[in-house]
Amino acid sequence: MHPIRRQRLFIVLLVVICAGIAVGLASYALRENINLFYPPADIAAGKVPVGKKIRAGGMVVKGSVKRDTQSLRVDFVITDFTATVPVTYTGILPDLFGEEQGVVANGKLGEDGVFRADEVLAKHDENYMPPEVQHALDKAGTADQVGAPALQKPAFQKPAFQKMPEQKY
Amino acid sequence: MIPELGNFALILALCLASALALLPSVGVFTGNAVLMRSARSLSAGLLVMTGVAFMLLTQAFLTDDFSVQIVSQQSNSQLPDVYKFTAVWGGHEGSLLLWVFILAAWTTAVALFSRQLPLDMVARVLAVMGAVAVGFLLFMIVTSNPFMRILPNPPGEGADLNPLLQDPGMVIHPPMLYMGYVGFSVAFAFAIAALWSGRLDVTWARWSRPWTVVAWLFLTVGIALGSWWAYYELGWGGWWFWDPVENASFMPWLVGTGLIHSLAVTDKRGLFKTWTVLLAIFAFSLSLLGTFLVRSGVLTSVHSFAADPERGLFILGFLGVVIGASLVLYALRAPTVSSQADYSGFSREVFLLINNVIMLVATVTVLCGTLFPLIADALKLGKYSVGPPYFNAVFVPLMALLIAFMGIGPGVNWKRTRAGDVLRRLVPALIASLLVGLIFPFAYAGEFHAGVVFTVVLSGWIVLATLTDLKTRANFSDGAIAALRRLPLSYHAMLIAHLGFAVTTAGVGLTTVYSVEHDLRMAVGQSESLAGYQFEFAGTQPVQGPNFVAQRATIYVSRDGNTIAELHPEKRRYTARAQMMTEAAIDPGLFRDIYVAMGEPLGDDAWAVRLHFKPFVRWIWLGAILMACGGALAAADKRYRSAQKKTVPISTADSSDNRVAQS
Repeated sequence: MHPIRRQRLFIVLLVVICAGIAVGLASYALRENINLFYPPADIAAGKVPVGKKIRAGGMVVKGSVKRDTQSLRVDFVITDFTATVPVTYTGILPDLFGEEQGVVANGKLGEDGVFRADEVLAKHDENYMPPEVQHALDKAGTADQVGAPALQKPAFQKPAFQKMPEQKY
Repeated sequence: MIPELGNFALILALCLASALALLPSVGVFTGNAVLMRSARSLSAGLLVMTGVAFMLLTQAFLTDDFSVQIVSQQSNSQLPDVYKFTAVWGGHEGSLLLWVFILAAWTTAVALFSRQLPLDMVARVLAVMGAVAVGFLLFMIVTSNPFMRILPNPPGEGADLNPLLQDPGMVIHPPMLYMGYVGFSVAFAFAIAALWSGRLDVTWARWSRPWTVVAWLFLTVGIALGSWWAYYELGWGGWWFWDPVENASFMPWLVGTGLIHSLAVTDKRGLFKTWTVLLAIFAFSLSLLGTFLVRSGVLTSVHSFAADPERGLFILGFLGVVIGASLVLYALRAPTVSSQADYSGFSREVFLLINNVIMLVATVTVLCGTLFPLIADALKLGKYSVGPPYFNAVFVPLMALLIAFMGIGPGVNWKRTRAGDVLRRLVPALIASLLVGLIFPFAYAGEFHAGVVFTVVLSGWIVLATLTDLKTRANFSDGAIAALRRLPLSYHAMLIAHLGFAVTTAGVGLTTVYSVEHDLRMAVGQSESLAGYQFEFAGTQPVQGPNFVAQRATIYVSRDGNTIAELHPEKRRYTARAQMMTEAAIDPGLFRDIYVAMGEPLGDDAWAVRLHFKPFVRWIWLGAILMACGGALAAADKRYRSAQKKTVPISTADSSDNRVAQS
């Protein structure tokens, strides 16, 4: 084969092999590591697989936050005003977590219908509603009851949510 | 009155930028030297006008002029002055002004330091940069004017800067990051100018090389500063989140890293010319894409973008024009460029190509992970989130592959090398890095850990293989210093940057594996031990800050009975926004950080407390600093300044050059 063609073939093969590896890794990783969001209505209606990693979100119901006195365990209820879901979490809550605030929780739904969160996210801006939660509330037709979305976003606000790492102990 | 002057300065800047985009171009087409020469003074004028606008906006912030909309949204009379200054770029409009100001500074720098370039090339480069400035100035004036007033009833007090941004890190992080982002516009302008002139020879690669390296070093520093800021300010000890905003800055870095290596091949050997041009276009396009992602609101929600699409559509349109026009120009001109393929399968060219391919593939995987949730949401496939596990699963193997080649690359010569010789030289380095990797986890932690072995083998391999190459190239017969001084500056640059990469790799891997964290309830007087350290919670006391009230805790850290540090983490409540903030306290060290943050009060004087032990975390940023130093050395190489005088393309590398590394 002509040396230039051989060189080109080599380059093309290199790109194809590398891209192939990347596509393989990416599709494998995507299948394992993306979480779908469900509003409380879907969870309460039993549309959500038990024991699979998902995200759930809604407003924290007023008066529902209960702290354990001896550990960092906390229980609360989230709602989209059509249904409610009890959530349990052990760890430090984000600064902006509060009653009647929007939250998103990563975790698994238990057999007993309680959502076991291993991560609770709350936005670092008091006016902000997580988009999924806002959408779920809009669908339930009660958007007026919640605060208006933030007027402006700070430029260098890095993580969209203040994240809480998984509890190791 | 002063904000109106600022607005006026912006409009003048737009006029000057338009003139800069048009007049030199006309000069190039008609061969009119006067018009071409006008590019230099127009650049200076652009810098002056954007500088005036920036100063006037700063003045509005410092004097609490709340009739200016963004001042009322992002500042407060109680805000300390340094943060008032930071607040200038704390929001959308101000950060755009910073963007344009830095673009004007780069343009003027090119105008100043390009005396040796042919006049028509200078005119082309500056015209392209002027056109980019037109796009951004139009965007700012049309959709997001920083001097917008609230009249006739200005608010008496501002809403305050987001407390997260009230931090010294925010004073330097955004300017550094933007210096990097915008700096790639120089590489882009050189690439477009080369395509435009049809003179896609090695000289343009030599011209744009130092500029690209400087932009890359700023971006490196900017990303590292952002990571450091996130680490100490967000209050839970994470240093990289694979957040879309971070990815937006990381993608240009990856392509830029590819670009500086590819430019080396084009400069030294006259190969990969079209590929290098394409990378330069990609690097700047990704900078623009990052700006789009961060600025359009599309990240917050596709729906909020759809509801208020003006800004997003403008940037998207601008992005389309820039990328579309560049690629059309590329498609028209690139096929006419020929390069003789005079290298074998085992040559430095091939190793640098491998670097490029891996960097590009890594960029594409990051891009996919960043855009997938947006695309899925836009197509109504569901609301997905792609988290760190995806990025880690894809990115780590790619970087391992990169590092494997990175050890061999510097030892390989241009054109062709006997593979056996190079590999044989590296056998001791390979064996030593494997041994160090296997011994390290036992020596450090007393037990085997596969991740640690992996990390230490990889970073050890870079260090030892690079030093092996140094040993082969340098003649140590008359002392180490004399030997090192004989090597060209660019070789030292490569050495330091590659060692920096090894340090960062080691930091990332070791801190991920060996970090220990413990969230717990702590009452006053309670003591807790973690990773061999005792933490005693001595209680809290109220503190009054300039614009916040805080509870400041005192935690004594001791080891074997000796007190090492007294840490004061705070829980602050910023009064203007009634926003809670966690202020972590850190006892830093080269080999370990001790990191303490407060959660919420649990009653009875007890607090939720987060204790962290983070070994080697500083290495992540130390490595980045080394990489940036490498970049600075590379840009300082005399070769660029002397070589610029020659306009004859030097496409045939002489063989004596083969012994000397230029990467």
